[in-house]
Amino acid sequence: MTVETVAVEDRGALAATPVPPQALARSLARRPAFVIGAAILAFWILAAIFGPLIVHDPLAQNLGAINRAPSSAHLFGTDQLGRDVLARVIAGARPVLIVAPLATLIGTVAGSALGLAMGYFGGIFDDVVGRFVEAFMALPLVVVGILGVVALGGSDLTLIAVIGIVFTPLIARTVRAAVLQERELEYVQAARLRGERAPYVMFAEILPNVLAPIGVEFTVRLGYAVFTLVSLSFLGFGLQPPTPNWGSDIAANFGLVLAGYWWEVLFDALAIASLVIAVNLIASSIESVLAGDGQ
Amino acid sequence: MTLYALKRLGLAVITLWLLSVIVFCAGQVLPGNPARAILGPLAAPSAVAALSHRLGTDRPLLDQYLTWIGNIVHGDLGRSYQYQSSVAPLLGRALVNSLKLAVVALVLVVPLGIFGGVAAALHVGRPLDRVISVAGLSATVIPEVVSGIVLMLVFGLWLNVLPIQAQSPPGSSPATQVYHLIMPALPLTLILFGYISQMARAGTVEALSSDYTRTATLKGLPRGVVVRRHVLRNSLMPTITVIASQTTYLIGGLVLVETLFHYNGIGTLIYNAANAKDFPMLEAGVLTIGAIYMAVTLAADLLYAYVNPKVRYRSEG
Repeated sequence: MTVETVAVEDRGALAATPVPPQALARSLARRPAFVIGAAILAFWILAAIFGPLIVHDPLAQNLGAINRAPSSAHLFGTDQLGRDVLARVIAGARPVLIVAPLATLIGTVAGSALGLAMGYFGGIFDDVVGRFVEAFMALPLVVVGILGVVALGGSDLTLIAVIGIVFTPLIARTVRAAVLQERELEYVQAARLRGERAPYVMFAEILPNVLAPIGVEFTVRLGYAVFTLVSLSFLGFGLQPPTPNWGSDIAANFGLVLAGYWWEVLFDALAIASLVIAVNLIASSIESVLAGDGQ
Repeated sequence: MTLYALKRLGLAVITLWLLSVIVFCAGQVLPGNPARAILGPLAAPSAVAALSHRLGTDRPLLDQYLTWIGNIVHGDLGRSYQYQSSVAPLLGRALVNSLKLAVVALVLVVPLGIFGGVAAALHVGRPLDRVISVAGLSATVIPEVVSGIVLMLVFGLWLNVLPIQAQSPPGSSPATQVYHLIMPALPLTLILFGYISQMARAGTVEALSSDYTRTATLKGLPRGVVVRRHVLRNSLMPTITVIASQTTYLIGGLVLVETLFHYNGIGTLIYNAANAKDFPMLEAGVLTIGAIYMAVTLAADLLYAYVNPKVRYRSEG
């Protein structure tokens, strides 16, 4: 896989063409996949904002009631420190829904800038940077995330930066491919003949025409961001306890599975699954509509 | 073909070298003084300085990099801080373990994915196609942590048909080892299934509507023979390409699955090294998985170019 070839998951982005907002919204609303995904995402956003107000305190320990199975008092049971699992699952939505979108945003902005430069300038610049990008992409996201957190510390801010940096080459690759498609078109030639400088041509002429692929990339990568964040948190290199978050709660409690304490991990796992599937349904719906498979 | 192969090999070597630079620089950014890490917090500063000098960490960066690279080329991957022994044998053993896990996962997913994709394509637009496509797509986005936990609960705890312990007792037969590896392999299988079935489906749909299929059907060949002889062959190459492109995700998945199921593979090695700040082990491990990825994609590219002449002529033209 070189930087010239585009990954399987990015091909949809390249086929995206701009669609006016009202038409976009109408087409999306007609797709069951999008509606389901949006509903689930809306649920988690509401849970992140209002959740802590209506459930028990997720940090409150009750050492007299540890490892209790789900009951009417605690709908999802309690964990090893007697904390209410339902409260922790609801509260766990907040850090994910703050860190993942911010990280994706940083990656999208940086990746788009890099992709625009690589695609527009081409030549030696593209070759050299392309080799670096390829070398970087030889490493799994999770491993680079681990290295980044070991080097820079585990605060939320560094986590956002690390995940953002990790996504930059991935997004740059797709944007570069999209820019290459635009570069030979007449409006670009016209701008250059007018004497416009490179930054103007890149950001004022080409960028608006590659916004559709960039938008698709953002939604696709958002799913990956949640995926990576949860995986890193599970390994202890992501969101840190005691802030309730799904990944580290699983890490803390999965050793108890053999003893039969299934509720302490299953609900976190289902929460993660529902969020990533929701984001993915939304992303693939947007991708289909923009690529012209619209109904 | 040879020219193309040499060009790709040359590019791969350059990229591998760049990777070594990136890993070395990353290693320099990691916090902590290696000599201090080895000797511990109570050692005297003079002892730390002496060990630093012996380790060569007080030399200029370029010097250190050249020594490091020179050692690697000769097979010396450094000494682990944790285990106070050579990294290379530890890494080698862990790599073999991870390879077993990866092989089990691939043996499960490739036939399943191709079969699923072809089945979906043969029933395009109908319920079976929808189910396979949606299920496949959903499976690709579920983190290995999540599917691993659910599998652990369902097959390990409630149904009790698969062992949770991925590490089989030493001296087990290959069958026992595979038996223990099924559960950790399944999360990886689930993720790959979506991509492979998608590729197989697209390839089969395209092949089914092609002229040669129509000719074969008009000749009177039964559907099954048409599918087997003409269509399946065309879905093999895209499958190999997809697997190669997913290698990084697969390796990243190995880190998670091995940690979840307590399996001594390269994922656990890197995880433990990161936790213990064992930088020689960490750097060697990261460089190794990067090199593996490059080897796999190079092999896939060359295989693809060998099978499909259009690829090599286009790049030479």
